[in-house]
Amino acid sequence: MELYEGGCELKLLETLAGHSDRVWSLAWNPATVAAGTPLVFASCSGDKTVRIWENTPSHSASWTCKAVLEDTHTRTVRSCAWSPSGKLLATASFDATTAIWENVGGDYECVSTLEGHENEVKSVSWNASGTLLATCGRDKSVWIWEVQPGNEFECVSVLQGHTQDVKMVQWHPSTDVLFSCSYDNTIKVWAGDDDDWQCVQTLGEPNSGHSSTVWALSFNAGGDKMVTCSDDLTLKIWETDNIQMHSGDGYAPWRHLCTLTGYHDRSIFSVHWSSEDIIASGAADDAIRFFVENRDGLVDGPTYKLLLKKEKAHDMDINSIQWSPGEKRLLASASDDGTIKIWELASL
Amino acid sequence: MDRCKCNSDLSSPKHCNIERLRDIKDPEHPYSLEELKVITEDAIEVDDVQSYVRVTFTPTVEHCSMATIIGLCLRVKLLRSLPSRYKVDIRVAPGSHASEASVNKQLNDKERVAAALENPNLVDMVDECLAPSYG
Repeated sequence: MELYEGGCELKLLETLAGHSDRVWSLAWNPATVAAGTPLVFASCSGDKTVRIWENTPSHSASWTCKAVLEDTHTRTVRSCAWSPSGKLLATASFDATTAIWENVGGDYECVSTLEGHENEVKSVSWNASGTLLATCGRDKSVWIWEVQPGNEFECVSVLQGHTQDVKMVQWHPSTDVLFSCSYDNTIKVWAGDDDDWQCVQTLGEPNSGHSSTVWALSFNAGGDKMVTCSDDLTLKIWETDNIQMHSGDGYAPWRHLCTLTGYHDRSIFSVHWSSEDIIASGAADDAIRFFVENRDGLVDGPTYKLLLKKEKAHDMDINSIQWSPGEKRLLASASDDGTIKIWELASL
Repeated sequence: MDRCKCNSDLSSPKHCNIERLRDIKDPEHPYSLEELKVITEDAIEVDDVQSYVRVTFTPTVEHCSMATIIGLCLRVKLLRSLPSRYKVDIRVAPGSHASEASVNKQLNDKERVAAALENPNLVDMVDECLAPSYG
């Protein structure tokens, strides 16, 4: 159903408490939809734990905490990511390690610990086929790990290039091209295979890039567009040539498409592009915003407009916002206030 | 009427805990930030309606390596005194430090501050500087 400005609202379905410190990040298990099982997501916190939440089928708006993954990380757990099969969960921590958890009959066991980063690990991401894992951190490096049988992980490359703290890594949705964004204000694109990876592009200020820390990035379903969010208070949309990307080298250059300015007055920590092309942002002003492509009028290339702004969505900064997999327009937000909120974007 | 944790009226610009920022001990000298003119009355901007505080401080010397520590002390003090809805920006006075932009960026990167505050040595240093300011 089409959503239009003024014709939709963000309904709060539930507020989930449990973590005893700020919630930094959350990730939906991608496998539940295909399997027809209840929606599941993981959240990670400054309280050093990870919580697994499941939707109770009998009450569509009811979520319970099914597991608390504790006594493993010794510092803040900053980010988490499910493998594409939904069987493994990777958690990245300020304790400089990345833990791999496996769901063994409802209990989560830490089956592997990836060490190597010199200090805080900030983000972790699985590639589309689940064969590679990427991590990044304050030591300015990006690591690529190969997934091997028996839950073994081998580091195949340590990528230097960023000149500062790397905030997030994200694999492209359909090709093995890795993206990273940093405190150095740039986004880097890494391509290669086996143990030979290179930075093939840097999106910085000369390419209409950000003028401060880039906190996050998100791809559209087709993988030919990407949105980035920054401490410079803007969202930037980038695009690439899809055909060139899927041919031969698997890499095509990205170019700036447009910048969304004037909508945010504090740092934007998280951004997520939905399967229906609605971009959600979570910011340090406690608000959630939604943007869609502007189809009105004739302009040179696509522009985007604000669909809805939800002020005071949380009592404190929003650190993460993620659309759920599946058909309903459900999303979850995580905040410094220690809670996670489940929302539905509905037509009025 | 909004009350700070110390029970004074937040709408008053001369609010006591914000005033107490000036009593914070400088990490390198046995004097308070106020005595060293690192922080002055005008340097603390409070907007209670917007729930916003901005603190501007002047490090003792232009290349002061302690600028980030001072900034961290200010942030921790405010974190412990103000209601959680407050947004806080800390910056060095324009023109007062050789690496002004770099110091400001670090001080206002929430993730960097959070990681720093998990370092026990740093927390001890901050607590030592903050001790005189609790009165």
